[in-house]
Amino acid sequence: MSNTKEWPLWEVFVRPKAGLDHKHCGSVHAPDVELALQAARDVYTRRQEGVSIWVVRADQIVASDPAQKDALFDPMQDKIYRHPTFYQLPDDVNHI
Amino acid sequence: MGVMNALTTPSAAASVSFLLRIADGSLVLSQRLSEWCGHGPILEEDIALTNIALDLIGQARLLYTLAGAREGRGRDEDAFAYWRDEQEFTNPTLVELPNGDFGQSVLRTYLYTAYQLVLWQSLGASPDAELAAIAHKSAKETAYHCSHLAGWVIRLGDGSAESHQRLTRALDYLWPYTPELFTADAIDPQAAALESAWRATVAPVLAQATLTPPAASPFRATGKQGRHSEHMGYLLSEMQSLARAHPGAKW
Repeated sequence: MSNTKEWPLWEVFVRPKAGLDHKHCGSVHAPDVELALQAARDVYTRRQEGVSIWVVRADQIVASDPAQKDALFDPMQDKIYRHPTFYQLPDDVNHI
Repeated sequence: MGVMNALTTPSAAASVSFLLRIADGSLVLSQRLSEWCGHGPILEEDIALTNIALDLIGQARLLYTLAGAREGRGRDEDAFAYWRDEQEFTNPTLVELPNGDFGQSVLRTYLYTAYQLVLWQSLGASPDAELAAIAHKSAKETAYHCSHLAGWVIRLGDGSAESHQRLTRALDYLWPYTPELFTADAIDPQAAALESAWRATVAPVLAQATLTPPAASPFRATGKQGRHSEHMGYLLSEMQSLARAHPGAKW
């Protein structure tokens, strides 16, 4: 195992139980999919944390630029009418 | 059903000697694997090997506890692991051999866990209900060990010229110790029956790894009879020294 070329990084997502979403929980280094899944199993499900694992190569994830945070997300700050709690319901409306 | 059988036909229950033999195999291999803790080639594999070591300790604990109950002399798992001497351990020699490099460790562990795979399958059908339950539980974890390790054997055997050469050397070294697994005796008269299933498991993996086992040799290891290699004493002294220096110590 030579250190001249590092194995690619894989992001690990674990589904804690049936019905819940896969949640990002960390990353592993591995040479291929098969070992990435096994490494994820060995590193992140040692305490019965999951019933399903996704791994995806970190360099395949397209991420937003942190420098654009203001432009991307601040415009939503003053649009409180997008929250359901903004609207007052008549007393007669139930079950919402 | 199994319980009734065990009660009505005492001979159906596995002997203490048989339980200790398979427990010793798990414990000693676990001790060897735990030597990799902190020394694995990469963090992920370090955890993988020590996970396997912990599973093996779990198997040994269940088997020692059952053996102690059947023996009826008040010996618990610690008494078996820490307070027996070399001649009383009856693991096959294969599992006590030094780790060597990563390839040799992986190959040895693969050869033994493939044996465990067929062993648990056969014991899962045992009329001894308690042993069958341990076999059922262990079969699941062993299936994972086997597939993880087979992956490495294939990757390294069919890898670079260097890794292929190392695996070839490791196979030449380890292979002559494998017939002992299937040597039948009074304690385990059925041992030979597992050989064909083991060969059928191992052969395709070795073939895919482009590895060829050496020709059969007349050499037979004798660890199962308590006659061990020169490596066993060192292994035990490391494993047992703490418990013997502080008898009865608790975490």
